[in-house]
Amino acid sequence: MTEIRDVIIIGSGPAGYTAALYAARARLNPLVFEGSVTAGGALMNTTDVENFPGFPDGVLGPDLMDAVRKQAERFGAELVADDVTEVDLTATPKVVKAGGDTHLARTVIIATGSGYRELGVPGEKRLSGHGVSWCATCDGFFFRDQDIAVIGGGDSAIEEATFLTRFARSVTVIHRRDALRASKIMQDRAMANEKISFAWDSEVVEVLGDDRVSSVRIRNTKTDETCTLAITGLFVAIGHDPRSELFIGQLATDADGYVLVEQPSTRTTIDGVLAAGDVVDHTYRQAVTAAGTGCAAALDAERWLADHES
Amino acid sequence: MSGTKKVTDATFEAEVLQSDKPVLVDYWAEWCGPCRQVAPVLEEIAGEHGDKIDIVKLNVDENPVVAQRYGILNIPTLGVFKGGEVVKEIVGARPKSALLRELADFI
Repeated sequence: MTEIRDVIIIGSGPAGYTAALYAARARLNPLVFEGSVTAGGALMNTTDVENFPGFPDGVLGPDLMDAVRKQAERFGAELVADDVTEVDLTATPKVVKAGGDTHLARTVIIATGSGYRELGVPGEKRLSGHGVSWCATCDGFFFRDQDIAVIGGGDSAIEEATFLTRFARSVTVIHRRDALRASKIMQDRAMANEKISFAWDSEVVEVLGDDRVSSVRIRNTKTDETCTLAITGLFVAIGHDPRSELFIGQLATDADGYVLVEQPSTRTTIDGVLAAGDVVDHTYRQAVTAAGTGCAAALDAERWLADHES
Repeated sequence: MSGTKKVTDATFEAEVLQSDKPVLVDYWAEWCGPCRQVAPVLEEIAGEHGDKIDIVKLNVDENPVVAQRYGILNIPTLGVFKGGEVVKEIVGARPKSALLRELADFI
């Protein structure tokens, strides 16, 4: 018979690994499905994380995640680099399928994070890998001394634009509003950077190029005029969507797919199912808030198990 | 059990283009988070299917010539070579199951 775990954690990143760390220290012997490619979560695509407390000189996103992962492992968390393919959260015990195997658990913590949002314009898919990119830290290197653009106005867009000036000749930030959403310090840094210019009230309507990106067609959202901007690289940073597809129909989510929890707890609409990190949070979306809710989810799981001891 | 092997601008011709077997080239770099994520998956595939396909790693930072010749603009990119020609290109990290599906013709 399949062993019934106290806790299964789905997802990694700051929320999943912190939940694993707390659950492991509480001797709950957590099983963590990291996802074979999403392991480490959104931080794996960042460079320097400057705002995680305890790192006065900053820390590389992937290094931070390696460290939290190791910390969870040290206390006995069992980490599996598999993708969960199916869950039944309403069953008792709860069912989690991954890599062809079925696993059972009394409680499940969901920390699947979020995925990049795509533009959904002609040319984007065709030229993805040929100048269209979602990862500045991975691909910036290939655009040395070239003119490129970043789409978006949030922290990740502005961080990417600033990072890309290390390589590019010029970076145009294309944003559909007339002001940025990014934090003040990031904005100041970008505004002061002479390689960065801004295309305000603008959205990309088409990505052009034969076998690689040569330009984008931009529409002004106020005047409706279109123009063409010659670039060889386009970095898309227009936000994220929660990775909650696996749970739709079982857990309540909001209209955008974020898992609903009984704040300030991490309890979802199903008893014994907790959720933490970016799959819940569309407001703060920080590594440290994800870690915080991951911790809360492990404590909520621990309490649930204590209350349901047979 | 075989693992992955390192190739360079200098050894690419002999190890990839002249190979009798299909060769999967993992274009990667130290700074690339998704490359780190896909690396252990490739080690596993090399271990399980090394008899049919060679899996080699090319650091694009240290070996710009090959990366440029094949127009690599995103990493990780996985390029499959057969008889000296590119026969498949997979851009971006994928889960193991998805990679095995994509590589089904070669393994």
